[in-house]
Amino acid sequence: MTSPTVTPPKPDRDPSTTAFAAIDRGAPRFARLRGSLQQLLAFASLILIVVVFSFASPHFFTANNLVSILTAATVTGILALGTTFVIITGGIDLSIGTGMVLSGVMAGVFLTYLGWPLWAGVLATILFGGLIGLINGINVSVLGIPPFIATLGMMLIAAGLSLVISGTKPIYFNDTPEFQQIMNLSIIPGIRFPMGVAIFIVMIVIAAVLLSKTILGRYTFSIGSNEAATALSGVNVRRWKIIIYTLAGLFVGLAGVLSASRLSSAQPTGGMGLELEAIAAVVIGGTSLQGGKGSIIGTVIGALIMAVLTNGLRIISVPQEWQSVAVGIVILVAVYLDMLRRRRA
Amino acid sequence: MTDAPEASAPLLDLRGVSKGFPGVQALDDVSLELHHGEVLALVGENGAGKSTLMKLLAGIHTPDAGTFRLNGEELSIEGPKHAQELGISIIHQEFNLMPDLTVAQNIFIGREQRAAGFFLDERSLNRRARKLFEGLGLALDPTERIENLTVAKQQMAEIAKALSFEAKVLIMDEPTAALNDAEVDVLFELIGRFRRPDTGVIYISHRMEELTRISDRITVLRDGRNVGTRVTADTDQREVISLMVGREISGEQRPATRVIDGDPVLSVEHLSTRSLLRDVSFDVRAGEILGFAGLMGAGRTEVARAVVGADPRESGEIRVHGRAVSIGNPAEASKHGIGYLSEDRKHLGVLLERSVRENIVLSALRDYTSALGFVSDARIEKTGRDYIDKLRIKTPSSAQLVQNLSGGNQQKVVIAKWLAKDCDVLIFDEPTRGIDVGAKEEIYTLLKGLAEQGKAIIMISSELPEVLRLSDRIAVMAEGRLTAILDNADATQENLMDYATRFSSEGTIA
Repeated sequence: MTSPTVTPPKPDRDPSTTAFAAIDRGAPRFARLRGSLQQLLAFASLILIVVVFSFASPHFFTANNLVSILTAATVTGILALGTTFVIITGGIDLSIGTGMVLSGVMAGVFLTYLGWPLWAGVLATILFGGLIGLINGINVSVLGIPPFIATLGMMLIAAGLSLVISGTKPIYFNDTPEFQQIMNLSIIPGIRFPMGVAIFIVMIVIAAVLLSKTILGRYTFSIGSNEAATALSGVNVRRWKIIIYTLAGLFVGLAGVLSASRLSSAQPTGGMGLELEAIAAVVIGGTSLQGGKGSIIGTVIGALIMAVLTNGLRIISVPQEWQSVAVGIVILVAVYLDMLRRRRA
Repeated sequence: MTDAPEASAPLLDLRGVSKGFPGVQALDDVSLELHHGEVLALVGENGAGKSTLMKLLAGIHTPDAGTFRLNGEELSIEGPKHAQELGISIIHQEFNLMPDLTVAQNIFIGREQRAAGFFLDERSLNRRARKLFEGLGLALDPTERIENLTVAKQQMAEIAKALSFEAKVLIMDEPTAALNDAEVDVLFELIGRFRRPDTGVIYISHRMEELTRISDRITVLRDGRNVGTRVTADTDQREVISLMVGREISGEQRPATRVIDGDPVLSVEHLSTRSLLRDVSFDVRAGEILGFAGLMGAGRTEVARAVVGADPRESGEIRVHGRAVSIGNPAEASKHGIGYLSEDRKHLGVLLERSVRENIVLSALRDYTSALGFVSDARIEKTGRDYIDKLRIKTPSSAQLVQNLSGGNQQKVVIAKWLAKDCDVLIFDEPTRGIDVGAKEEIYTLLKGLAEQGKAIIMISSELPEVLRLSDRIAVMAEGRLTAILDNADATQENLMDYATRFSSEGTIA
């Protein structure tokens, strides 16, 4: 065999890298540490912002103000909890803002127009939100419409239906005055601690358990991590995606109840843009829009960072226009830091 | 061969299996048998149909014709889950793992231990995984996330997953591609442990010396057909390779050996990358076609990408016309007159939704832009027409969208794009992939013409006849190294394949 320019064979690989045992070196443990470090970092930023505002104004770190921050975070936070699941699958849900408004209008329909008892009206509203999510899920997973488009369509449909059903006028809960207590009833004597915040906290616990301890959470991560491989492993990906979008819808329905209760009326306008606030909270919390990564605690921290910023900037008298600028910068910085971390990983 | 039980029916019996895809008959009337207790090696060149056959067994594709029998019982495989239930377990070439989940979560995905139906019992999941690893002798931590593992360990997790199904038939598609020698030993030990009188393994690989170690019989596929099965002990590498490539070199005559003694236009010295390439050196002269041969994953495309700066280099020097240049990205490469025509034409080569002429001037667009930043449509139209005529691109007009052209004509648009830049060195990566035979001829003529005009041409191709026909010299790669640079006169399909399978692990070749 003629071979004029044969490159001589290279010596074998470095023996220290050959055995399996040797590959087991520290890297993974370090990576795990880095994961929790990121969570810690988000939490540390939250604390830092709170400390800065506390020094900047004596009115910031008071029990009443902290409760009002939590109250402000409640509705967006609940939307963000549900949408965290969707985003971890690699999807997105743009219909949660106007879907929430439509759910609120439906609460008015059930309680005021139809005169249903309070419990039935509230339950039906939450289920109605679930129905919106179910339709999203079917559109995404059975019809194969990309999540962005499917939920964009639903966003517009919900915005329009709210106006059509309500006749563009607010619906008041005259027959069920207790309705407004759902959000506002103070449940701790002495300070004004509204029930809505307590519901938010309960929902955080439920969402966290669902995501980390159940089969639903496992498949949420699995689908977002590698959908094709998940399907090849025999998981019914379609069905689980429908379930996950429906779950996000149930959170939307609950948010509809709470926001209508807070205002003591179902306002048929607005809601547009709220989905982006919720998505921002999720993203600040370290959940990846590529899917596969995320946590409930991260989303909660994200929602709190946004609420604290808005509240604190108002207290130190920064004009409202600038508050939005600040939140925008926080989103960019948070996501950039997250990408830096991933690139190094 | 290992002794099989006296059972009359083979473990797995395929009869007359065919599968076609638009434009290609991937499998044509293939029959093969897997006996009880044996390791059957399945070999063949790139595109011979091995992966398609495996996907049929995995239930990913359904065959157009043919029957499957498992222990004598005829069946059809409905889907991936059904294949698992039948006891057919497959390790795919591309990993089917969820990087964000832990090892244990990956292995038992879809089969989780549950408490109260809905809640996960993570502890028992990890316990089961640990037991599985102990049984297999694997040093894996069930709670580690897949993304934190080395590729070799990911491979082990994949294998552990496949073995956790109580599989009867284990199919492995190039399982050692990412493994080093010690890891291969571990893998072979696993296969040995799996092999019992009631199981069997189909082992797909390019590595000849592995086949001698692990397999009982070798079945060779070529162009979607089973061209022969040999008992491993009674055959040798030469016979298997000649079965793989076919005896006759397909019709075309070789180029008259030309003496090309110009100065090198492009010289690459000691090129290495972190991921794959090790000390690759070559040069290419004006008027020369340098072919790059090698198996999939040998590093041919990686050489091209590293040269044009699309991937980072770890070390190495690049000279253009004898002068050392620094190339950090493809734009700088094209400034130095080096054009790279990617193998992935659809994603990296053309803008399908734009017109032919826009594509042609795309990388030279600056030359068609006035000082004020306006693009001159008239001049673009003229250049477009020029190249359409010169390369005989079949298109009704220069305004036609590229997506409406045939594959061959799309490729010509890509070539025109780089000619419009006036490059001295053109690197063609699989220039005829997905192109029909007639258009291939035109591309060949075009490449030869370019060389005659004095361009230095590098052509990466997986088709040996094509490499042999066009190249003045042929560089062969295996595992990121250059194993030979041969003059065309010295090259045959057999010795090219031989050099392409020279892996670092082996001492001598049988």
